[in-house]
Amino acid sequence: MNGTTEKIDVRPSALAGKVEQLLADGGRMQMAYAWFPQPDRVQVRYLASPGARQPFQLWCCDAVDATLPSLATQAPLLSWYEREIQDLYGLRFDGLPMPHPLVAGGWTEASPLVNAHGMQACLSAPGHVPGIHGSDVQLLSSGPVRAGVVESAQHLFFYVGEAILHYQPRLFFKHRGMERAFEGHDPRSGATLAERVSGIGSVAHALAYCQAVEDAAGCEVPKRAQQLRAVLAELERLYNHLYYFGHLADATTLKVGHAEGVLLAERVKQLNARLTGSRFLRNLVTPGGLRRDIELPRDFLHTMYLLREQTNSYLKQLERTTSYLDRLITTGVLSRQVAFDQGATGPVERASGLDRDLRRDHPYAAYAWHAPDVPLAEEGDAYARAKVRAAELRASFQLLDAFVPTLVDGPIRAECRPAPGVEGLGWAESPRGSLFYAVHVGADGKLARVKIKSPSFSNWRVFPFTVHRTNMMDFAINEASFGLSIAGCDR
Amino acid sequence: MPLWTLRGLAQGIATTRWPDGSGGDDGQQGGYGMPRIGAEQCLDDCRACAEACPTKAIRLDTRGHLAELDYGRCIACQLCVEACPAGTLQSGHEWAFGVRERADLRWSLDTDTPPAQALASRIESSFRGSLHIRHVDAGSCNGCESELQALGNPFYNLHRLGIFFTPSPRAADLLLVTGMVTAAMREPLQATWEAMPEPRRVLACGTCAVCGGVSADTYASGHGLEGVLPVDVWLPGCPPNPAAIIDALLLLLERKPQRIHGGRVHAP
Repeated sequence: MNGTTEKIDVRPSALAGKVEQLLADGGRMQMAYAWFPQPDRVQVRYLASPGARQPFQLWCCDAVDATLPSLATQAPLLSWYEREIQDLYGLRFDGLPMPHPLVAGGWTEASPLVNAHGMQACLSAPGHVPGIHGSDVQLLSSGPVRAGVVESAQHLFFYVGEAILHYQPRLFFKHRGMERAFEGHDPRSGATLAERVSGIGSVAHALAYCQAVEDAAGCEVPKRAQQLRAVLAELERLYNHLYYFGHLADATTLKVGHAEGVLLAERVKQLNARLTGSRFLRNLVTPGGLRRDIELPRDFLHTMYLLREQTNSYLKQLERTTSYLDRLITTGVLSRQVAFDQGATGPVERASGLDRDLRRDHPYAAYAWHAPDVPLAEEGDAYARAKVRAAELRASFQLLDAFVPTLVDGPIRAECRPAPGVEGLGWAESPRGSLFYAVHVGADGKLARVKIKSPSFSNWRVFPFTVHRTNMMDFAINEASFGLSIAGCDR
Repeated sequence: MPLWTLRGLAQGIATTRWPDGSGGDDGQQGGYGMPRIGAEQCLDDCRACAEACPTKAIRLDTRGHLAELDYGRCIACQLCVEACPAGTLQSGHEWAFGVRERADLRWSLDTDTPPAQALASRIESSFRGSLHIRHVDAGSCNGCESELQALGNPFYNLHRLGIFFTPSPRAADLLLVTGMVTAAMREPLQATWEAMPEPRRVLACGTCAVCGGVSADTYASGHGLEGVLPVDVWLPGCPPNPAAIIDALLLLLERKPQRIHGGRVHAP
């Protein structure tokens, strides 16, 4: 691991004090995961961010009697990580407010990752649903197979008339054990897998994974590859955000607005295929750089200019449409405090006034030379989330304008071979927010553990807080305004 | 609202004429498809392609030569093409890989292109003009969903072909499944299929639904639809692009012939 991440050993009894200190100093917890340093020793890793442009801290804490104190009352965003570790590793977190299974469901065989103890707990305890009773209270259970072409998840609503009393998503129907799927692979071949954790975040996932492997190997990526990686990452943001507006327009019943947004997204995907051979910009990013060079056509910036003009005109028209604004303004308000405590990330947290962006705060690839403008909003409603994304679209075009003329010539790949027993941490600001990969290489030189912290895992936890005490009519609009994906969350 | 209508009209028709009109754009220019097998001889004991393949789609013979390539397992990652020193495996742009029989996705050195059989029609001609699809995500990476959603955009405009997605399995003719069938999705998938009226068809969309894809061997994952549901059309791809999905739907409706036989392109 190179100098960008600080590794600190912590005793279980000292954890609470460290969290308190971190929060008092303006820092924030990022994620937690378990791994086996030795076959019989489980360790939990906490990733803490003391602040922008300061190294991340990795707190390493060995479980005692398969138990650790829960930190969820101090840093509520950790509760899902603790529940996941309970499900997958059979550890127990003392004092965890809602210790119910999170990830578990339908597995039939035990495995080292899912140890026998954890399995038992999962299979015997069904997902927690609070008991809400009253003569007018109705329960609506929707999913996991829902209307339209959508990913599988279940929504539970307790409601009276139009008013939602309680809402709870049931996720992880799509849990594929992706972290497990990496194990045993050569670290140099893992990018293909990372691209398939969340298809619409292929570049971000490959990038965060590769940067983790490069961190482990101490590998320096050539400048041209760093620049092209950032170009790919911004193209990914473009088609995701354009699709987002199409979807949001659809939720607010603007049929032409929907068609135009998704058509713009399609244009970017087709451009992606012409540039890279893949509509999802896959099969390029690899540990050490890129698998092959890409030649940007001479009219690339002109194409971008035309697309930017169309996008601007489209966004302006949306912002002039009162029926659209009416449905978004004051819908699904996420307060700054809840966004911070529960771990909101990406455009969602920035729309609630939290000024954070990994591209600027912990730069990687070409963002070290061209930091993006990070748009913010304070209101925390659906409109703020849309405004932030609109501004991010414009910022992406600006970044591409800055990257492309400064592209240098040169090699696009360096040798990247992590030694046995090393570990690394990588991250990327995906279109949906912060994405982390922690990679451990085993004694045999193969991947021993890969932890994936996807942005939607964070934002799905936050989303229900904006649904309680709202109404059914706003739900679809609010959901669209979050721009959530499920594959990355469920893994 | 009228402003939007005017705006839409002013932008003209965005929809491609493909696949009906001549010279229509399928929208897939420059995209890589499944690897192509060239005429060049393998090097002895090379094994590079089989070792590079993340989904074990390649089987070698005793000399280490390419003996079988299962396109049903292929995720078009191009790693085998990059690894191949002899040029036996080459980048291809062929993506219309929808087939009726799983075996047609297996290219093998020993079998030559099997003669295209005149298939007994499986769909009444009166049913060919229209199709209602119930989609189930049984554990995908969301790449397939992204391309399925793209079918509704003005460029592909799936409705013009008489094909629609429907919320209710009761109104569906086709169950379109994406994803590897995770342990948790197996039951909901089965329930959806059982809720459909007969005759009901099944399309395995994407390499995960065909064989389980990149993560087929974990504690939570399945191996696609084989042995889970009776599949009418197999469509590998990671993900299959929207044109490939349209092609497979038209194959199912017998409005297009099958292009791939024995893992080889057999253009009609």
